[in-house]
Amino acid sequence: MNILKLFLSFLKIGAFSFGGGYAMLPLIRKEIIEVHGWLTVKEFIDLLAVVEMTPGPVAINSATFLGYKVAGIWGSIAATVGVILPSIVIILIIAHFLSKFRESPYVDYAFRGIRPVVLGLVTSAALTVAKDAIIDIKSLIIGGVLFYFVSFKDMHPITAIILAGIAGAIIY
Amino acid sequence: MKLLFKMFNTFFKIGAFTIGGGYAMLPLIQDEVVEKNKWLTPEEFMDILAIAEVTPGPVAVNTSTYVGYKMAGIKGALICTLGTVLPSFTIILLIVKFFWQYRENPTIDKVFLGIRPAVAALIFSAVYKLGRNMQLNIQRIIGAALTVFAIIILDISPIIIILIAAFGSIGYFKHKEKDI
Repeated sequence: MNILKLFLSFLKIGAFSFGGGYAMLPLIRKEIIEVHGWLTVKEFIDLLAVVEMTPGPVAINSATFLGYKVAGIWGSIAATVGVILPSIVIILIIAHFLSKFRESPYVDYAFRGIRPVVLGLVTSAALTVAKDAIIDIKSLIIGGVLFYFVSFKDMHPITAIILAGIAGAIIY
Repeated sequence: MKLLFKMFNTFFKIGAFTIGGGYAMLPLIQDEVVEKNKWLTPEEFMDILAIAEVTPGPVAVNTSTYVGYKMAGIKGALICTLGTVLPSFTIILLIVKFFWQYRENPTIDKVFLGIRPAVAALIFSAVYKLGRNMQLNIQRIIGAALTVFAIIILDISPIIIILIAAFGSIGYFKHKEKDI
């Protein structure tokens, strides 16, 4: 019974969380603390810390974590499938129609206007992350040096992340 | 079969090394999907970001579903998405089961103090690479700058900005067609 509830709850979260990532946290919070009482507020804050420290999308991490806490391994599978199902279905529909209407001038016009906006969106995301991440001269140097190597010397992003983690452990 | 395996592998890697979620995984997707494997053109990549932004769900799931469908139909979509999800799923299960008690370890905090500026640097370099591929002219730079202003200062939802840009652009080009 809990497994079905988990699935439906995360299906709802997956279907209504626009913008991805942290944008879905308020909805998750409401569903799991207020509606179902699956976690206390304190446990929820710990959950956020884990989600931030582990790789992968916030939504999936929260779903797996919570599903496991509430109903074990099957709970984690039910919650995770629930949270990604809406995106998969919606994107498949869009991808299908996009391949049909690719030649339409309207689709082309719309995307020509959207592309600069996407550039702005990603820039905003970079600025927002930088605001919390660049806290002193050491973090500024880590960020600056890695930006140079990734942008101009073709350093792989994974290499950059690993080097930054090692640098952090040594200098802090 | 070989392609499906390669796609699964690529998205597994993307899923495994994305810390911080959301836009933090863009540089890696860009590197693997656009530059190395050329499964998407730079324009298509931007279009998918826009679609991911106006549809619900994690950006990574949206992108992997789209790329998978484009390369190998519904089977491809499911395999790429499974690849993206599997690392987080496994890691979280391991953490809840075994490592929950170490969550206040000071070394882990230090490692993350180093990783956070790297994530910012990676996203900035994604901006640089997107811009480089885009033939930036003055109109596009103004469009991008206005978006940053609207999001950071005015706190307007990205969905609204994308819709305005889409319909505004259709109106603009339609008007131009009439003039010719």
